Amino acid sequence: MNFQGKSADASWADVNRDVIRTVGMPGNTYFAWMCLVGLTLAAGLAAWPWQIYVGMGAAGKRTPQMWAMYITTFVFWIGIGHAGTLISAVLYLFRAKWRTSIYRGAEAMTIFAVMTAGLFPLIHAGRMWFAYWLMPYPNQRYLWPNFKSPLVWDVFAISTYLTISLVFFVIGLVPDIAALRDSATGVKRRIYAVLALGWEGSDSQWRHYRRAYGLFAALATPLVLSVHSVVSFDFAMALVPGWHSTLFAPFFVDGAIFSGFAMVLILILPMRYLFDWYTYITDKHLDAMAKLILVTSLVLTYFYACEVFTAWYSGDHFERASVFAKATKQYAWAYWLMYFCNSVVPLIFFWKRARTHVGILYVASILVLIGMWFERFNIIVPGLAHDFYPYTWGTYVPTLTDSAIIVGSFAWFFLLFLGFIRVMPSLSIVEVKEVLAHPLKHPRKHDAHGGGH
Amino acid sequence: MAAETTSVLGVFAHVDTTLQAIRDLRQRGFADLTVYSPVPVEEIEEEVERVRPLSRVRLFTLIGGVTGTATGFFLTIWSSLKWELVTGGKHPVSIPPFVIIGFELTILFGGLATLLALLVLGRLPKLRPSPTYDPRFTLDRFGVAVACPPDRAGDVQTLLAGAGAEEVRR
Repeated sequence: MNFQGKSADASWADVNRDVIRTVGMPGNTYFAWMCLVGLTLAAGLAAWPWQIYVGMGAAGKRTPQMWAMYITTFVFWIGIGHAGTLISAVLYLFRAKWRTSIYRGAEAMTIFAVMTAGLFPLIHAGRMWFAYWLMPYPNQRYLWPNFKSPLVWDVFAISTYLTISLVFFVIGLVPDIAALRDSATGVKRRIYAVLALGWEGSDSQWRHYRRAYGLFAALATPLVLSVHSVVSFDFAMALVPGWHSTLFAPFFVDGAIFSGFAMVLILILPMRYLFDWYTYITDKHLDAMAKLILVTSLVLTYFYACEVFTAWYSGDHFERASVFAKATKQYAWAYWLMYFCNSVVPLIFFWKRARTHVGILYVASILVLIGMWFERFNIIVPGLAHDFYPYTWGTYVPTLTDSAIIVGSFAWFFLLFLGFIRVMPSLSIVEVKEVLAHPLKHPRKHDAHGGGH
Repeated sequence: MAAETTSVLGVFAHVDTTLQAIRDLRQRGFADLTVYSPVPVEEIEEEVERVRPLSRVRLFTLIGGVTGTATGFFLTIWSSLKWELVTGGKHPVSIPPFVIIGFELTILFGGLATLLALLVLGRLPKLRPSPTYDPRFTLDRFGVAVACPPDRAGDVQTLLAGAGAEEVRR
């Protein structure tokens, strides 16, 4: 079975050529995009000192809405990261060969998404120069390190996730950087030579490398499931109606994978077009990703139904009131928008043609991202807007400051990603070559055996 | 290791010819081989690994992981005992929430130990390139480098060429 479609025609040298030509001096369009992204980021960067100067009120934070868009966006970005680890670790363990041509882009996405997410607890903390207080080392500051708090779990989960994903990502890059080094000249060659750590592809290097890679995948798989579960505990451990639910861990993990794949498509489709990688990223890959989006969407819809059902079946007055308020009161538009984007839109992928149609995939992916952002919004904002008694009810209205910071976070993410694709191979040279037919002098009968593993 | 050794390198374009060369060399008693390949190839790996003990990377991972679990539980239990604050009517040392810290540190330490293993066992970073390395080995060529006494270099050259090497050099 050959999952590479057309690319069986490509030779190993073609792969090197096609990937290496994407690294280097970009054209004007690229710089135009960079300027746009840079300006947007500048707006966010300007808003942030303003918030520090004026106080959190500038970001629309007042009781009961102390979490609002910052934590919404934090959870959103953490979720985006999950698809990358799923592709690079889980699909590696399952030996799904179609992962090879999308995993580098997806992994870069993971790193940058987690780096973006990590900004929000800091921004949200207000005086972020005290952020190190979050680290519960045995201290001389007389702070109580409360290991029973989900927020402390979060610190451990997110920093572990960032570290492990980064190591996994860098390890995967080393043999590819060696390929870049061997084709570069001058200063570039020297830089890549340092980054390649002297990789030569000798048997003694590969044997430890392969074993380490498998172990990293085995470590990252339970990690990725745990991280979003821990993030969901930020909510599930609280008593707020609509939050206090055992459903949250799988619900969050599924949503994370769902939105992550949408983001992978948003990044991969333009790359395929601009870099002319149609040979490597084929309709089969798009089809597989669309199917995963469809499945996770159906599971998510099931969770939505469970949420409403348990609110009703529990007989708990506050739970019922919370769901009722979400669906009918001031935030009803966000609630129904979420249902439309996450449960209705992906149904189009039941249609085979839509799974490979670039336009449909793109629009659906953007809607999925909007839907998933609003899912987190719906948990946090309307949840806090309507808890136990009317005295604490309150509506949150976004301000220019926090909106600029949120939009700026997207710019920050794209800045990192756009920077990455011009200096590093955003398609894995080694792994793509691995699944191509290996060069044989005397071809055997089962010719297109597709290689190593 | 005698000081009197020389290296012979054969450059191959195919997996099967490379394999043939490794087998032939082994048969003739040349054991000090270095095989270069652009991607890990299972057949070559199997042939090379046949005479070697299993990579010890997993031992590092295990030790790292166990250290992580121990650290996680030690940190949480010890600092909870330092601050003996009862919350929610529960004992300061309540294991279930500490499992999360223990788990995360298991993965963190296990992962970092795996990285360490890769650097230590794979001898990375490698500061200067091996004399037998060729830039084509990251493109599409395989290499078999043999360290042997100078008087047998001729034999090796014939052997490599016989197995199907595109290029043989000393």
